Amino acid sequence: MIDPTAPGFWPGLFQVLLVGTGETLYMVGVAVLVTVLVGLPLGILLVGTERGGLFEAPFGSRPLGRVVNRVLEFVVNLGRSVPFIILMVALIPFTRLVIGTFIGSTAAIVPLAVVAIPFFARMVEIAIKEVDSGLVEAAESLGATRWQIVAKVLVPESLSPLILGLSTTVTSIINFSAMVGTVAGGGLGQVAIQYGYQRYSTIHMVAVIILIFIIVMMLQGLATWLARRFSHRARPARSRAAVPTAI
Amino acid sequence: MISVKHVFKTFGSGAAATTALDDVSLEVARGEIFGVIGQSGAGKSTLIRAINLLERPNSGTVTVDGEELTRLSPDQLRLARRKIGMVFQHFNLLAGRTAQGNVELGLEIAGVGGAERRRRSLEILDLVGLADKAGAYPAELSGGQKQRVGIARALAGNPRILLSDEATSALDPETTRSILDLVKTINVQLGLTVLLITHEMDVVKRVCDSAAMLENGRILEQGSIVSLISTPGSRLAHELFPLGEIAPHPGNTVIEITFSGGSADRPVIAQLARSYGLDVSILGAAVETIGGNQAGRTRLELPGTPLFNAAPINDLRGQGLLVEIVGDGAVVQGAHA
Repeated sequence: MIDPTAPGFWPGLFQVLLVGTGETLYMVGVAVLVTVLVGLPLGILLVGTERGGLFEAPFGSRPLGRVVNRVLEFVVNLGRSVPFIILMVALIPFTRLVIGTFIGSTAAIVPLAVVAIPFFARMVEIAIKEVDSGLVEAAESLGATRWQIVAKVLVPESLSPLILGLSTTVTSIINFSAMVGTVAGGGLGQVAIQYGYQRYSTIHMVAVIILIFIIVMMLQGLATWLARRFSHRARPARSRAAVPTAI
Repeated sequence: MISVKHVFKTFGSGAAATTALDDVSLEVARGEIFGVIGQSGAGKSTLIRAINLLERPNSGTVTVDGEELTRLSPDQLRLARRKIGMVFQHFNLLAGRTAQGNVELGLEIAGVGGAERRRRSLEILDLVGLADKAGAYPAELSGGQKQRVGIARALAGNPRILLSDEATSALDPETTRSILDLVKTINVQLGLTVLLITHEMDVVKRVCDSAAMLENGRILEQGSIVSLISTPGSRLAHELFPLGEIAPHPGNTVIEITFSGGSADRPVIAQLARSYGLDVSILGAAVETIGGNQAGRTRLELPGTPLFNAAPINDLRGQGLLVEIVGDGAVVQGAHA
């Protein structure tokens, strides 16, 4: 039991929260980066290798496209269906191989990215599927290569849903980042477990909840703002008057 | 300029297979506006996509400006497509790009540098009458303006051919006319060959030099409008000048006269009535300006049987008019309507 009236309690709390927040932001930040770098191409390939898709026949081979699609589908479904707490433990040998240890915030990035990549890939798939096939056709009629279609049409035209999907992904990475605290992954999750749970400090618990809430709220606000910024579809009411009706 | 030979295209396989194009051959001359008309499901969309191989035919050849597209490698085909502009019924503009950004898309794809892209896109936006909308997003533009952007995008790469896929079908009649006038203008100013598909006869009337009629994936007839008009039994000509159905009096002769060129302004019917003392009744008439010339059809009822009226009919034919006997008083085929 921690005594809040003891000398040095508040500076200590502040120090612990600061370190915990830093670790959380660090592991979430790097995990998000890895997730985007791997999940975005994965999601695009997931849509592209479907029947009638852009990469339906990679290197001119239709069976190859079908195989790639099946494998990706399998991997994504597998990654999404294993509960995180099990995945985290099951990945320990892999994490050791990549990072050299399975303890600490850096090691926690591996399971966080592994769980987030399939999740984000699905979000990418959904966003890309929303793009009107007529736009792809228009780009093809202009002589675009497949990569040009991805870079100039599919990704820019689905930017808003991609940003919102990423924000959902980041929220769940933050969620999972608290869980790695139970296996010495550091971060705010570990603060909540070590102080709030094991040492019955309600103040630590409440502080962690508030901090995580603030992080998620700020993230969500930023994502919504960015998504609106990049959406040129439905204009808000203020500019409706400026929309011309003449030919 | 465009030569399509014996093109077949089937979708699906086995029992579920549908034939979209059934031995289609088409010749589009340099600098003309060629219209393909047909009902929805006739295969028009497949046909126009077969020209730039967005839909690859199962067999047959497509040659554009002397280059046989159906033989090209994928990379060569991409280069060839840059010389074939295409506009779409639903515009297909990128919502995240301004009008100018959309026009620049094709130039970016072709690797044109930034300064040249801006210069060219503004120049072409000016040509389509949208110089003041360069910075507007598609959501801020009307349908007609969006299609102008679509046309500008198609023209930016200096194509030799413009393909128009029902470009005016989503527009109101007035906007349709202004877009068609724009198509005509660029056809004349830039010497662009235009192949358009439509289900609206008005589009053919307003801008086309030649036309083809597509039904169930087959070309029923094709040729210049002028020659189609003077072809007996031409369905296109009949649909260009719909006369409706009017029941004649039994025992009389019903003829249809097609006028084109100079004969349109001669007082043919008055002469007929005067020279033969016939009580001519006009059952229906349609006159249009096609390709800058007056042309039209008139359905007349003459008293008596066709045999009885042989002399006046021969006289009309002698004047270079196309005369068809469509009914001898018993039954009038309403099939042309």
